[in-house]
Amino acid sequence: MTLYDFAAAPFLEFGFMRRALAACLALSLGCGPVGVLLVLRRMSLMGDAMSHAVLPGAAIGFLAAGLSLWAMSIGGFLAGLAVALLAGLVSRVTALREDASFAAFYLISLAGGVLIVSLRGSNVDLMHVLFGTILAVDDAGLLLVAGIATVTLLTLALLYRPLVVECFDPGFLRAVGGAGGRLGALCHLVFLVLVVLNLVGGFQALGTLMAVGLMMLPAASARFWAEGIATLALTAMALAFAAGIGGLLLSFHLNLPSGPSIVLVAGAGYLLSLALGPVGSLRTRWFPGRHLEA
Amino acid sequence: MASTTADALANPLIRLTDLTLGYRRHPAVHHLSGGFREGSLTAVVGPNGAGKSTLLKAIVGALRPLDGRVTLHGLTAADIAYLPQQAGIERDFPIDVLDTVLLGHWRRVGLFRSIGPALTRQAGEALAAVGLSGFKRRPIAALSAGQFQRVLFARLLLQDARLILLDEPFTAIDARTTADLLEVVRRWHGERRTVVAVLHDLEQVRSHFPETLLLAREPVAWDRTADALAPANLARARAMAESWDDKAALCRRSAP
Repeated sequence: MTLYDFAAAPFLEFGFMRRALAACLALSLGCGPVGVLLVLRRMSLMGDAMSHAVLPGAAIGFLAAGLSLWAMSIGGFLAGLAVALLAGLVSRVTALREDASFAAFYLISLAGGVLIVSLRGSNVDLMHVLFGTILAVDDAGLLLVAGIATVTLLTLALLYRPLVVECFDPGFLRAVGGAGGRLGALCHLVFLVLVVLNLVGGFQALGTLMAVGLMMLPAASARFWAEGIATLALTAMALAFAAGIGGLLLSFHLNLPSGPSIVLVAGAGYLLSLALGPVGSLRTRWFPGRHLEA
Repeated sequence: MASTTADALANPLIRLTDLTLGYRRHPAVHHLSGGFREGSLTAVVGPNGAGKSTLLKAIVGALRPLDGRVTLHGLTAADIAYLPQQAGIERDFPIDVLDTVLLGHWRRVGLFRSIGPALTRQAGEALAAVGLSGFKRRPIAALSAGQFQRVLFARLLLQDARLILLDEPFTAIDARTTADLLEVVRRWHGERRTVVAVLHDLEQVRSHFPETLLLAREPVAWDRTADALAPANLARARAMAESWDDKAALCRRSAP
């Protein structure tokens, strides 16, 4: 098999592969920066929790309208948003910390979702919801994913400064930020909406359980390559897109399910970055090079 | 309480009226009255748990008084710069020294306005003033505690605030850095800015701070530094009981 046969032909010859590639690009553009901010805010596991929380909404959408992209996406978005808001609310008005209340709500949500799907759907449908179908993304799905990426990038551009300061020095933002000191909380909320949106976008392509993979793995890998926020985000986008291409090719040639393939390639990218990246990786730890003069 | 300075205040910048602050209804600052004059340079001194940090939090409005009130005269939240003791700052955050200092311009640039060469030059001057000229592009993760404190002072310089509140700014900072940063404080005093600093080093307070509030939950003295730090006052402050009484009765003391 030539390189052309391996890497180019599948995309050139098959429309569904081109669609999947475009969907991967859109997903990478949105998920990359959102994942980087999640890592910087020490909320890496929150993404995971949210991806589980989306399930019952998607399941209810599925029950109401069958395998309809819009019904499932809107349902998933509402369920994820409800969990995010409830967890944030509980952590503000009670002594429970946000991560603990997140865990509580997403578990309730996940169990509800599995119950609904197993009562009313067949196992094939459940697999569909859990593992996604990027190879069957249609025009509407592509528009949804691209729309979410656009909204994400525009919102991040608007809120870049307060979001970054809210991660770095929340007390300072509370003091100077205006909006009665609530600018930080507001940014946090908008950011959580972006997280849910991107998970819903990833969910129809990769499945609820895998969606968070394309968000967190490239973001975690980027930490080993870049040191600034902008470069981190660009690196995460590039790594996510590379994982998308690699995973699609793998699933095409070896006839594997696409969602797990993409996430596994992203995982391999993470392990490589961990070992070889130039910033704080195992390589720099074990072979630091000779120290400098000053 | 012997307090010539506090009583002589006709129009203080900040007036504290029978202020009681605390946590879970237990007072950390108990019935404190007085004021900070515009342009004054005051040290707040006292044993651990005496309510010094609590008082600063109440002045910035981060803590609601249990009783009494804090009145700011002609000051808005925008005029206050506050350096907390344990700033919840993410020290491995990927941001460099210059960008951190530029945050001091927040009120001028807000969310969207660009930071032009003039503002960047001011940041460079602020860094030079705290002795960190060559550090602009250094990531903050690579700074020592003392260097980072200098960065925070540079950011305070840019904030250009009328009231500056410092909570133990020189703890774990070496002598030279402390001297440099005290020089910055002196400069603020010269510019008629009001500075209130929580401190522990009494020698430092005696040589650099004209006025002192000695707190031991109850106000012990609020006066010119030499008088406030008289041996009798210090002995009273030391005698303060640090633990709170779980079964404490309701306070019946009325406002003066």
